[in-house]
Amino acid sequence: MPVRVETFSQVEEAARALSSNQKARIYGGGTILMRSVNEGDQSFDTLFRLTDPTLKDIRSEGDRVLIGAAVTMAEIIRHRDLSFLADAARAVGGPAIRTTATIAGNLLAPPPYGDLATALVALGAEVRFAGQGSANVPIDEFMRDRESRKGSVVTAVSVPRLADPTALRFLKVTRVKPKGVALMSIAALLPRAGGRIDGFRIAYGNMGPTPLRVAAVERALEGSSLDEAGITRAAAVATEGLDPPTDALASAWYRREVAPVHLRRLLLGQTG
Amino acid sequence: MSVEFRKDLFADERDDDLNEIGKPTQRQDMLGHVTGRSPFYDDHLFEGLLHMRCVRSPHHHARIRSIDTSEAERLPGVKKVIVGSDVPNNLNALLSLLDFGLDDEPLLSDKKVSYKGEPVAAIVADSERIARDAVAKVRVDWEVLPHVLDVEEAIKPGAPSVNGAYPANKFIYHGKYDHQKLRYGDVDAALRQADHVIEGRYQMSPIEQAPMETCGAIAAPETNDRFVCYTATQGLFFSLGTAAKLLDLSSARLHFIGGTVGGGFGGKVDSLHEPLAILGCMLTGKPCKYMFDREDEMQVGAPRGAERWYITDGVMNDGHIVARKFIGYFDAGAYTRLSSYAIIKGAGHLPGPYTIPNVYADIYCVYTNRTPATAMRGFGITGVDFAIENHMDKVANTVGIDPIELRILNAYRDGDMKAHRREAKNTALIECCQVAAEKSGWQTSDWVKQQSSLSGGGGERGQLPTHTATDQHGFVQDGQSGSYGGGSKRQEKSAYAETAAARAAPPAAAPPLRSMPVAQPPTQPARTPEPVQSAPAPAPATGPTAEPPQPQTRRSPARFSSISGLRRR
Amino acid sequence: MAQKPVQFTLNGEDKAAFASDGQNLLDMLRRGVGDLSPKYGCGQGACGACTVLIDGEPCLSCLTLAETVDGKDVATTSGLSSGSGIHPLQDAFMRNFAAQCGYCTPGMLMAAKALLDRNPQPSRDDVVEAISGNLCRCTGYEPIINAVLEASRSGASQPNG
Repeated sequence: MPVRVETFSQVEEAARALSSNQKARIYGGGTILMRSVNEGDQSFDTLFRLTDPTLKDIRSEGDRVLIGAAVTMAEIIRHRDLSFLADAARAVGGPAIRTTATIAGNLLAPPPYGDLATALVALGAEVRFAGQGSANVPIDEFMRDRESRKGSVVTAVSVPRLADPTALRFLKVTRVKPKGVALMSIAALLPRAGGRIDGFRIAYGNMGPTPLRVAAVERALEGSSLDEAGITRAAAVATEGLDPPTDALASAWYRREVAPVHLRRLLLGQTG
Repeated sequence: MSVEFRKDLFADERDDDLNEIGKPTQRQDMLGHVTGRSPFYDDHLFEGLLHMRCVRSPHHHARIRSIDTSEAERLPGVKKVIVGSDVPNNLNALLSLLDFGLDDEPLLSDKKVSYKGEPVAAIVADSERIARDAVAKVRVDWEVLPHVLDVEEAIKPGAPSVNGAYPANKFIYHGKYDHQKLRYGDVDAALRQADHVIEGRYQMSPIEQAPMETCGAIAAPETNDRFVCYTATQGLFFSLGTAAKLLDLSSARLHFIGGTVGGGFGGKVDSLHEPLAILGCMLTGKPCKYMFDREDEMQVGAPRGAERWYITDGVMNDGHIVARKFIGYFDAGAYTRLSSYAIIKGAGHLPGPYTIPNVYADIYCVYTNRTPATAMRGFGITGVDFAIENHMDKVANTVGIDPIELRILNAYRDGDMKAHRREAKNTALIECCQVAAEKSGWQTSDWVKQQSSLSGGGGERGQLPTHTATDQHGFVQDGQSGSYGGGSKRQEKSAYAETAAARAAPPAAAPPLRSMPVAQPPTQPARTPEPVQSAPAPAPATGPTAEPPQPQTRRSPARFSSISGLRRR
Repeated sequence: MAQKPVQFTLNGEDKAAFASDGQNLLDMLRRGVGDLSPKYGCGQGACGACTVLIDGEPCLSCLTLAETVDGKDVATTSGLSSGSGIHPLQDAFMRNFAAQCGYCTPGMLMAAKALLDRNPQPSRDDVVEAISGNLCRCTGYEPIINAVLEASRSGASQPNG
């Protein structure tokens, strides 16, 4: 049962074909899927290769930026309008991974991958699918039922254009320096309005089955000016309501122990 | 590259005519490496190469009721499905080439599996993908058995029996004991007289060598009824001999080519790939490659085994260690591979580079349902050194002595007697400690700065213990043998007779505790020109250097020699 | 099994090969066109031993579907040295003892070349980042980093040295 490759020049066509073939997978950058091909994964037998040029677009849409599904980490890092995403995109793999790894692949990546996706959750991104016009799905909703969306084709991700690129902070926690897979990642959107910060969004990667928002921390920070007291309150509830995994990188216990420390450092801006 | 040579140390012991040492010298294969032309085993291309993948156990421990390969065999592109009964001599121990240990491991298991990932069948197919697809189609009916993953659990009565050759989950040493013994002086008496008794427990996890190039081999038919085998092995003739034995072939029919290895670190000696690749080639008549992918390498590739050590030290208030007792457990995993030999090396290394007048060790080579362990850099030594040096720090803390001072106080000096009954020569721990302290800015006393490996040793410190307490615990009653020192089964009887005689020998009365003076004024370095005689007669249960004489037969076991002691003469 | 024709340039030379379904670029380069310089280390994107340049960008050939290089330029370590001599990067690797077993070396060289082509005067941090996807188990990274920095000082970014 060798793997067949079918090429589509129109993303809508691929979406139709995918909906009727459970043993097909979309080949994006290949950085996750090709490992499964190399290791003889028996759960699929067909790769859909998409050559639709619209998937490589990066363009403005009002106060948001629309990033095509096939845009790579390297392209995000190089793009002037996406400098606020550069830190998270740079955290993904080494240069050769970033050359091909795509934004849509990162959205769908299983743990321990998905560093950029964690930043997209904090950013309040929206996800656009083939066959659904310009209707967007909020990323929180997308992550909640991510498994059930495997039969759909992501065409683009819409992100708010940040006036202040430093409003998004990102931290990848690894046990291997300078680069390893994340035992957790943290992204924090800290938009300043006057002296106070409003609309905190805090997200973790690898603290659950998908990147997720941390409601308890957001509540603890709400209305604060990121002072010592507010950060201490936030750190105290760093893993409240979470069920972090135990895997080869770290135990659930370890993740719970270190999460407040790293959250604190990120919020204090001490991660440089 | 900055390397500092301390030629001031031991300067009068050698001529300063080292013209190469200290100068970087280019590797002869460097040009090949930087141009990508160095020929690793997989860089040999063959027309019509077949690929091999193994069907592996998903269980830690299970009996094989049946293997159904019919669906896999029908898959287009599958050339052969190999099972245990296809292997001409399907039981081996790596060290059997040295007559050390019983054959205990099949190349392809056909009765039961004892670790997760153990191979039970090998698919030979036109492509790697087809081989993988066929693996997924082999149906094995498993009867899952209870398993044991902890060394101390594994040797308790009633624990699941992991290894058919050693049902009690312990390797048999010298045909006599279920552990390797080291007895030197009387540890229990010394512990009773010590000011402090300091205990510690140390555990090292398995470590995967993780070479960049995974293990593998390609075999192809050659003219003159031979097989050529390109391999990543670290031990070319070792692998050749192992393949010849498993395949029941004359070694003259095997042409092994290797030498360019993409990193080994000890993990490429197990000779799993060569025999299977050659067998695939024999059964199909085509070139055949068997290679680990990265997941195989990490899951199935043999690591440095886990070790657990219990150390009990008797220490005087002045910091002199008068007794050191070890209970050690090497986790061999499911099969022996090289673990039994690692323990022989480890026993020779005890009690570390220190002159301690009373040393005792029981070291167990334990079988568990883990991946079999094998060699890795310094194997047999690295784990116990970790334990010893951590324990030295614990002793220093407990007694309230600077850790460098404690080490120098107890360090081997030239002329001292080591626990395995050889004179310490060319010792340099004191100088190493002095330089390490200096480099790290560690404040030391004048006394530390004045010490030298060349003085203060020998004399009383060079004497063997007047009495060594021996015992027979762990004596194997049921005649299991075939291990190092016990030699072949033909020797079993004589080995047991000697043991019985030794058991009858009464221990002498406990002698007074020896003191270990080191703060003597500098004198001539004690350099005994002749090696100290071996152990006194009633020491049947000591380390490998003190084994009783054995009748020489054609299959007498090889002695593991050491090249230490040759440097300064 | 379907075979797809793939035409590409390899180190400046036109090549044609058939890519079988699901075949990765590493396998096609090694067995299809006989360029053995990229190595298999993991097949997972973890080690970087198979790093090649596709249209000048560093890529992992084991994670690249072979047929996707149709019409593209592929560069490997085999193309680094011209007939007359070795590339300054190769020379610097030799002089800095930046290889022991040599298995990671072709991937390291291509990762380093991708860096120097884009950034002829990298900082030490730039070099560390550039080889952060490439593992070495023998040498340790210091000699490799030093070699790349030395090569940058000797003009390795110029085509063919």
